[in-house]
Amino acid sequence: MTDSKEIKVKEKQEVTTPAEQTIPGLVFTPEVDIFETEKAITLLADIPGVKPEKLNIDLRDNILTITGDVERPEGGDEEVLVMEYETGRYYRQFTLSEVIDQSKIDAKLNLGVLRLRLPKVAKATPRKIAITAG
Amino acid sequence: MIYRRIFGVPGWEARNQFSELDNMRRQVDRLYQGLFSPSTRPGAGVFPLINLTESKDRYTVRAELPGVNSTELDIQATANALSLSGERKIPEEDGGAKYHRRERESGRFSRVVSLPGEINPDKVEASLVNGILTVVVSKAEASKPRQISVR
Repeated sequence: MTDSKEIKVKEKQEVTTPAEQTIPGLVFTPEVDIFETEKAITLLADIPGVKPEKLNIDLRDNILTITGDVERPEGGDEEVLVMEYETGRYYRQFTLSEVIDQSKIDAKLNLGVLRLRLPKVAKATPRKIAITAG
Repeated sequence: MIYRRIFGVPGWEARNQFSELDNMRRQVDRLYQGLFSPSTRPGAGVFPLINLTESKDRYTVRAELPGVNSTELDIQATANALSLSGERKIPEEDGGAKYHRRERESGRFSRVVSLPGEINPDKVEASLVNGILTVVVSKAEASKPRQISVR
């Protein structure tokens, strides 16, 4: 294990306008990691406070949309003294260049982190092309 | 007719201009509030950012800690402060992974949150659900509000 560094404080990134919102409220961009292997594209997104039933993942026409709603956690009798972060909706969209096998998409939500595995269809997995000298 | 054109129409325009100005002033006010009011400025520049609320007999501290295991988290309470420290680990992916984006950060963190009043360090409850840490701290008897009856 290498020396771990200190985490720097970062303010949540607010989205200007993804599209007109039907429900008023703040919208944030979740931080993501995206990596690709030969078989699949995997996306990890930090969406703390989103319950599994409030998470919506949509893939159509190569556009992946992730939407997660966070309810205000404060109870009715609590008075806010310090507010360093705000809560609202998480929203992010990606265009996928690969063809994804929709039936095998797998999503897990654990500790506020979404792990989404998007398997490529067999056609899109790279094949080694043999070159014959002539 | 002329009378109306000169006095009637400009009157309308002037009113519209004023409301436009009002709108602008409100927007600038909001901007300034966002920049300078202590309640919305991001903390002491230390991870994690926290929200602190107060109710009659307790304080509640909340922080967003996605991907942090409860075993990697250490919470300590003194008479008027809470210390939160731990480590966020992002496990290495299999060798063949090629990254397109890498925005999530890993590392250690430690922060002291001072509370506005005395607390009872023995009565602290913490939970970590969906990446949100909630610490509920009971106030010490001395700092609880007391009902005073007027005779």
